[in-house]
Amino acid sequence: MENPEKPQRFLTAAAAGLAGCRACGTANPGDARACTCCGSPLAAAGPASLQRVWAWLAAGLIAYVPANVYPMLRTTTFGRSSENTLIGGIAELFSHGSYGVALIVFFASIVIPVAKFLAIAYLAVSVRRPAALGSHGRLVLYEVVEFIGRWSMIDVFVVAILTALVQLDFAAAIAPGMAAVSFAISVAFTMLAAQSFDPRLIWNAESENLNDHA
Amino acid sequence: MHTDQLIACPTCDVLNRDQDVKPHTVARCARCGTVLAAPKSGAMTQIAMLSLTALVLLAAAAGFPFLELRAQGLSHQASVLDAVLAFSRGPMAPLSLATGLLIVLLPAARYSALIYTLAPMALGWRPAPHAAAAYRWAERLKPWAMAEIFIIGVAVALVKVSGLARVGLGPAFWAFAALLVVTILTDNAICRLTVWKTLKSRSAS
Ligand SMILES: [Zn+2]
Ligand SMILES: [Zn+2]
Repeated sequence: MENPEKPQRFLTAAAAGLAGCRACGTANPGDARACTCCGSPLAAAGPASLQRVWAWLAAGLIAYVPANVYPMLRTTTFGRSSENTLIGGIAELFSHGSYGVALIVFFASIVIPVAKFLAIAYLAVSVRRPAALGSHGRLVLYEVVEFIGRWSMIDVFVVAILTALVQLDFAAAIAPGMAAVSFAISVAFTMLAAQSFDPRLIWNAESENLNDHA
Repeated sequence: MHTDQLIACPTCDVLNRDQDVKPHTVARCARCGTVLAAPKSGAMTQIAMLSLTALVLLAAAAGFPFLELRAQGLSHQASVLDAVLAFSRGPMAPLSLATGLLIVLLPAARYSALIYTLAPMALGWRPAPHAAAAYRWAERLKPWAMAEIFIIGVAVALVKVSGLARVGLGPAFWAFAALLVVTILTDNAICRLTVWKTLKSRSAS
């Protein structure tokens, strides 16, 4: 039964009939509903948490579509009105020679959200089937996603700031577009998707695979 | 072995023995390397002081104007309050509410909860009533408190309007810049499991 290739077998709280708390690390009795130390609700890492991940991820993906299609900003200068989409705004920054800022916005609004959709989907899928990336690699991926996702909000704040700042009557005025709302919602939903993912699942898959091959 | 002497790793669920860790050393999970304990002498005082600083900076950052715009003899200043209210016209009201929450209210709530939990620890007192609930909320709010992201937004906005008008930095800009630094320092000083362990041992004694 024991795999001789593996030098160490680790005992998890779940395998020992205990309920580990993800907030404070207390090993609670297996039948506890809430942590005896910090009061956090205890839930075993199971399919229910994965369902929540997929639901939030799908919602985030759906909200990301109008965020790219509709205008982010409506600028009125001397009675002439123009609209800017997410990508249009980046292109404009780029054409004005603000490469650094264009790059920041491009990363925050396009690269990070898209990479995040892919990363969360990959993490959720790889729980079920063997993954190319090892457990440690997937843990790093999870931590990067958790850390970096919130920085996507930059562009929403830019819209809020510009709207508040540029109110010079006839000379110039900026109003937010529909895309600002859907983008904010998309970021919030993907953050919830990342938070719903239980990192313990990464390792559960590993121990099941070990059992299969043993 | 009693379960009190075990830590279930919050990341991978492996049971680790809860050793007494010397100050300024770090105990990690045997399987995934998650930090399980990182006691530092004076960490509680440090976090409480940093949180207090952050609250003061946050108040300044919210009240004062962060940018001033001048064009065609007109000038316009914007504070965070203006930025929050900017969306309140028309169908963007929920966005206005969300911006206010993310930039001001949630960071303020998080730092208040941190002070409430950790100030009694720093002074060597027993934990305040419901300290566990307060600290749990402080941790849950952490990803949603985005005051430090706002400063990057201000920087981007600065570049965007620089073609349109002359822009000046207001006092709140520097308050936000300082807040970015204080937030990073606070997050680095906090070791979640060490705080829980201290809370647990103090409420037991
Ligand atoms: Zn707990
Ligand atoms: Zn671990």
